[in-house]
Amino acid sequence: MSTPPAGPPGTGGGAATVPLRIAGSPAGPAGSSGSAGSSGSAGSSGPAGGPARPAWHPSVLFAPARLRQLGALLLVGVLAAIVTGPTGNSDKPLQAAKDSIVDVRIVLYLGLAVALWVLLVLGAQLRGALERVSAPVRAPVGAAYGRRGGPIVLNLVLLAIAIVAPMVVSTAAQQSMVNDIGIYALLALGLNVVVGYAGLLDLGYIAFFAIGAYATAYFTSQTAMPWHAPFVLNPFFVFPIALILAALAGVILGAPTLRLRGDYLAIVTLGFGEIIHLVANNADNITNGARGAFGVPHLSIDLLGIDYKWGIDPLPYYYLLLVIIVVVMIAFGRLERSRIGRSWAAIREDEIAAEATGVATLRMKLLAFAIGASVSGFAGVLFASKQFFNPQSFSLQASFFVVAVVIFGGMGSRLGVVVGAVVLQGLAFYLRDKVPPADRYIYFGAIIVIMMIFRPQGLVPSRRRRREIQLVEEGIGAADSLGVAPTGGQR
Amino acid sequence: MGFLDQFWQLTIDGLMVGSLYAVIALGYTLVYGVLQLINFAHSEVFMLGSFGGLFAARALLPDDGSVPGGLASVGLVAVGLGVGAICGGLAAFTLERVAYRPLRRRSAPRLAYLISAIGASLFAVNLAGKEFGRQNVDLPDLFHNGTVFTVFGADVSTQSLVIFAVAVAMLIGLDRLVAGTRLGQGIRAVAQDADTAVLMGVNVERIIIVTFVVGGLLAGAGGFLYAMTFNASYSMGFVPGVKAFTAAVLGGIGNVRGAMLGGLLLGLVESYGGYLFQASYKDVIAFLVLVAILMIRPSGLLGERLGRAA
Amino acid sequence: MLLTLSDVEVAYGAVTALRGVSLEVGEGEIVTLLGANGAGKTTTLRTISGLLRPRSGEVRLDGRPLSSIPAHGLVGAGVSHVPEGRRVFPSMSVRENLLMGAYHDRRHARADLDRVVALFPRLAERIGQPGGTLSGGEQQMLAIGRALMSRPRLILLDEPSMGLAPMIVQTIFEVIAEINQAGVAVLLVEQNAASALRIAGRGYVLETGRVVLAGTAAGLLADDRVRQAYLGEDVADGADGPAPAGGGAAAGPAHGAAVPADSA
Repeated sequence: MSTPPAGPPGTGGGAATVPLRIAGSPAGPAGSSGSAGSSGSAGSSGPAGGPARPAWHPSVLFAPARLRQLGALLLVGVLAAIVTGPTGNSDKPLQAAKDSIVDVRIVLYLGLAVALWVLLVLGAQLRGALERVSAPVRAPVGAAYGRRGGPIVLNLVLLAIAIVAPMVVSTAAQQSMVNDIGIYALLALGLNVVVGYAGLLDLGYIAFFAIGAYATAYFTSQTAMPWHAPFVLNPFFVFPIALILAALAGVILGAPTLRLRGDYLAIVTLGFGEIIHLVANNADNITNGARGAFGVPHLSIDLLGIDYKWGIDPLPYYYLLLVIIVVVMIAFGRLERSRIGRSWAAIREDEIAAEATGVATLRMKLLAFAIGASVSGFAGVLFASKQFFNPQSFSLQASFFVVAVVIFGGMGSRLGVVVGAVVLQGLAFYLRDKVPPADRYIYFGAIIVIMMIFRPQGLVPSRRRRREIQLVEEGIGAADSLGVAPTGGQR
Repeated sequence: MGFLDQFWQLTIDGLMVGSLYAVIALGYTLVYGVLQLINFAHSEVFMLGSFGGLFAARALLPDDGSVPGGLASVGLVAVGLGVGAICGGLAAFTLERVAYRPLRRRSAPRLAYLISAIGASLFAVNLAGKEFGRQNVDLPDLFHNGTVFTVFGADVSTQSLVIFAVAVAMLIGLDRLVAGTRLGQGIRAVAQDADTAVLMGVNVERIIIVTFVVGGLLAGAGGFLYAMTFNASYSMGFVPGVKAFTAAVLGGIGNVRGAMLGGLLLGLVESYGGYLFQASYKDVIAFLVLVAILMIRPSGLLGERLGRAA
Repeated sequence: MLLTLSDVEVAYGAVTALRGVSLEVGEGEIVTLLGANGAGKTTTLRTISGLLRPRSGEVRLDGRPLSSIPAHGLVGAGVSHVPEGRRVFPSMSVRENLLMGAYHDRRHARADLDRVVALFPRLAERIGQPGGTLSGGEQQMLAIGRALMSRPRLILLDEPSMGLAPMIVQTIFEVIAEINQAGVAVLLVEQNAASALRIAGRGYVLETGRVVLAGTAAGLLADDRVRQAYLGEDVADGADGPAPAGGGAAAGPAHGAAVPADSA
């Protein structure tokens, strides 16, 4: 937490200085006893106070680095006041911002900023105390996790919570648990293959979701869209079709792009996502345009004596989703540990070495891309059969949101991305009456940036990814397949 | 009317829009040159500059709704450009400081930068939507927009002339900056080999921030010009952003003259294509151009060196 | 002393590259740093020029600690680094490359340009050509010339002979001697120990991040371990490679004997 956005003066090192661990370096700003100086390499580990930390003195508060930190925090406080303040309009463009700042509330935000600053300054001591307090809780959990079979127990506990949770919440919350949390957890699991495993960035991920949803409308209903199949299928049969269609779209899009720099993939997928959205929105006589598709039938089975129809009630959908998510998590866990998963790890960490040892890097990236897309398509079928949908569900921001979920939860970590979906969608649910829906993206954007600055490995990091990120920051290897690191970073 | 009858009008329109793409594309290309990084949030720099210029010019307009003329018009355009540029520069500066610099200090993996930029973009777009509303905001006329002259029967309006002239002036100015000044020398050195540039005494950290700001100034002024022909809105950045990026790739990303050429070409292709096919598919054309270049000539028309063509 | 490293330790993450290196370069000296691949020679130079920061220990220039100067400020302090692999700016012309050497202070650029071009006539013929299109030898000359443009007091040269034909290597070494004659101190990292020791006054031998031998060039040339390990000569009997400390180091001639670093 000790690297504020404004940046501490640090070690006085040049831009291209490869950050090395600095222990007791004379380079650190005198007053800040190395906390601002050496945090660079320590990543998220916070103010890096050595064991032999000099006695704390009030003058520490007024070292230039500290004052700059305070300034940055105050600016953040003002920004937070604006973000949470009144909504403006273009006739008086600065009015809303002014009303946010010239208001009693500003005292609260500035107060919070100062409080946070004091916390940061006292950070090292506090961290010690915090760890002492949390130790009795963390130790058994950690030990249980470390033991053979421990993760299974933990996962079973979480699963039990997931099973019981919807029974004790309101119907609105149940709806949200299906439409938002469940679907997005599934989407995030799929995108995690692309971002977390293969180290690529797909910004049009939601387009495959749209493909799945529209395929469902096309095959299962004669009335949902003007354009429909000459026959009607049970939605269950659309699952494989959507899966294949989405994977195919992924391959068609990925094949020409993946040969190039990884960041081009991001922009091509971004454009692709936007085009799908545009087409869905504008092609009135095919997709029904902005009005969306009505009347896609609910899921139903009539097979081997089982006859069940899903309906308006969200709970059956919830449990179906839960089963699918658990199956996908188990399957992707196996995938991660398989030869393919190891190839992805190799590609992330050193693409040239991977290529040299016989990993077909292009094919492996394409595979990840296609698997991710197919999960998205699959989720689209569920989504379409659950409820009415329109192109708004497939906007660019939805794509960004899935990225946010994966990043927030912890890329590469299956449990992490599901937790990410729960927390972020939980936040969205919480904010639903408090701020206009579109404003929620302000918070999500801020969360993404803050996570990247302070905790790039995510909430529940995958151990491997955390190690990779740490190594990259020490100048060893890579942690994605996007090519050389930017200037100023490691080369 | 056939395509040939419309050819010159389409060419003029294409060049005007293309010159705007070129101005925005420079921001992508400059930052890519020094950081080897696509600055995804550049489109929001453009958007904020556009709002800044628009609001400033609008605030100075007479209340009675009359269209000013003469020196007043020149002054208004200049103020709009200046404030737009400043807003863009500030936005770019803040963006670099908040979303990129902390990651650079940690030498974070490349993916982190892209994601951080997306977060910043999401934040800026929606904050602008909250502050300025989510409708299109029009800029009233700052001058009488008539036909100045005709070329082969095609009208050249005052507005297109102003936009094209200002854009070209900015392009030339930037080209001179990169080719002929000490700052440009530093930018090119960092672009080609940052480590060695440090050994030559180049303060890479400063070059990076200046590069962001220069790109932001251009995008901000470009945003104002854009608002003059079209309008401004919180979500206006995305489409021109993708197109400018396409222009940068078309010319060879990292290559200053490439971005200029790419912008003008894309403007023309889009203008002709929009007429031949359907105006609503203009955006799709830019995207198809992008995919086509990536497949056929990924290094762009002029190659990828910031140093070479500058 | 112009440059002093005392007990410098450098690490890449968990990997320690230098384990307490101490060395000195005096005004107007040529000092060479020998050692096998991975011994830490390049790391030493990169630490001196501030591209890497020591974990502990200190680098001093004229007795002033360098930790207070950012990496890009080093040229101004009089240190010029010719990096490994030459690293000329590939799409800048020869002229632009040379002018980059005077980036921090352009006052004398024009005069210095003439001076450097006079030193390397080959560069004069190629003055408008992009640096990337030059041959290896020309690139090396360009890199050295570029370093001279900053009017350094100390030049750090990293493997100037790497990958070059013997004739060109000879030219390069002659130029280095010439530069030194003009009063510029040189810290020369080389694999080509014979050539390096011929022009150097003193030398250090690095092994796995430690200075294992130090002495005059003549002393090192005469040292059995140096001859065996770095000059590729068969030594009838003697220690198997440089010993870390004590032992047979006293074998050298009395004057300017190679002394194990630990006791130096």
